[in-house]
Amino acid sequence: MSKTGHIVRSFDDDLQELRNSIVEMGGLAEAQLSNAIRALIERDSSLAEETITADAIVDKMEQDIDALAIRMLALRNPVADDLRLVISALKIASLLERVADYAANLAKRVIALNMAPVIRPVSALPRMGELVRHMIDDILTAFVHADVELAFDVWRRDQEVDFLYDSMFRELLTYMMEDPRSITSCTHLIFMSKNIERIGDHMTNIAEIIIYQITGQAPMEKRPKGDNTSITMINNPFSGQSKE
Amino acid sequence: MQMIAEIVNQEIQVNKAIISAKEVSVFYREKQALNSVSLDIPENQITALIGPSGCGKSTFLRCLNRMNDTVEGCRVEGLITVEGQDIYAPSVDEVLLRARVGMVFQKPNPFPKSIYENVAYGPRIHGLARNKDELDDIVLTSLEKAGLLNEVRDRLNSTGTSLSGGQQQRLCIARALAVQPDIILMDEPCSALDPIATAKVEELIEELRENYTIIIVTHSMQQAARISQKTAFFHLGEIVEVGDTDQLFTSPKDSRTQGYITGRFG
Repeated sequence: MSKTGHIVRSFDDDLQELRNSIVEMGGLAEAQLSNAIRALIERDSSLAEETITADAIVDKMEQDIDALAIRMLALRNPVADDLRLVISALKIASLLERVADYAANLAKRVIALNMAPVIRPVSALPRMGELVRHMIDDILTAFVHADVELAFDVWRRDQEVDFLYDSMFRELLTYMMEDPRSITSCTHLIFMSKNIERIGDHMTNIAEIIIYQITGQAPMEKRPKGDNTSITMINNPFSGQSKE
Repeated sequence: MQMIAEIVNQEIQVNKAIISAKEVSVFYREKQALNSVSLDIPENQITALIGPSGCGKSTFLRCLNRMNDTVEGCRVEGLITVEGQDIYAPSVDEVLLRARVGMVFQKPNPFPKSIYENVAYGPRIHGLARNKDELDDIVLTSLEKAGLLNEVRDRLNSTGTSLSGGQQQRLCIARALAVQPDIILMDEPCSALDPIATAKVEELIEELRENYTIIIVTHSMQQAARISQKTAFFHLGEIVEVGDTDQLFTSPKDSRTQGYITGRFG
């Protein structure tokens, strides 16, 4: 972000509007996630319904940001940091829209879960949710203040989410083996933890975009990852056959 | 692996500097217009010089074929070589230099003569043709290279000034090409042209790159971004930043470059 304004002042107004829209959309996506998690904890189906409905607002915001960015590309011919901001806004808006989609999906599964008795592993999910919600919060702060360090911090933090997801995945598999009646609820919970884990991934993507936007370069180092669920096998305690 | 080696070699080939300026300073009497500018111009590429009015970019351009010699009170310091040869050495004939390093100006300036004569003039005084057939050949080839032949084939004897602005500018480019230069300097060649004529000249410049090295001064940053491979940003008589055009317009390193190209105050 340059300290001096453009000679054409309305260009500055456009850029500011773009920044504000991203922050507003991010805030809404964050609220959607919070509401979905709260609906889970409080078994509140009507809050879950509200969350699902509110997804349309986020979708609309993405369209508005796209329109503004396209207009600026056509009319202002932005270059350098201005160009990087416009392109970043386009990409970030698309990722935030996905975040809100995941939140809406969480809310749908809350409604399904509420039709079955409470199961224990539910408690780990809010912890994951809180961690990821905090990432959204920080990434928006990094965007507003052009804070590369904070963006890098969020970028690295995703590993914790991966670890939590990994342990939750194992816990849920074990649970299902112990009690096949829990399979429906546990499957929903696996998808829900996967959704939250994906939101975390999207935050690292946004962090990379912000780092590029500020510095003009994508991060060089390799991002630490902790999700091993794709290669996880749990031995079936009933079959006695080991596959490991 | 061999392919990679070839690509690397090609890049080295493409990037070989044909013009090299080292610590060039220019004074117009007491006033210093350029302050210790160093720049390498790669062969067969288009190098754009950008910067606000009075930043020294045109002055620099005019040093490259000693056009500043004609300005009274102008003094050039430093070293400028074209293919290794110091062009300010006493032994250098500046007329021959200007044939090798041609120039196209902001306003199309055809001679008040026929289209044919405009192009034939240079080769004739430089003795490039032994007879009329050879001269005809040079004129037609130059007009063709300048993308003008099809438009003027039937009226080579009409005056150059009867052409449209864009055609006149391409005629001036044909005139520069006729004396078989290696390098063409262009000082805002499109600033007096409409967008269509500009596009045609830009397309021509792009084609010429294959056989010529082109250095262009332009006030249009979009134009610099569109056609050049390398861009140098001048400010207050110095080069602030020089780099690959795509890098300079996406991620400039210097805040002054950023301020200028994005349309903010310095």
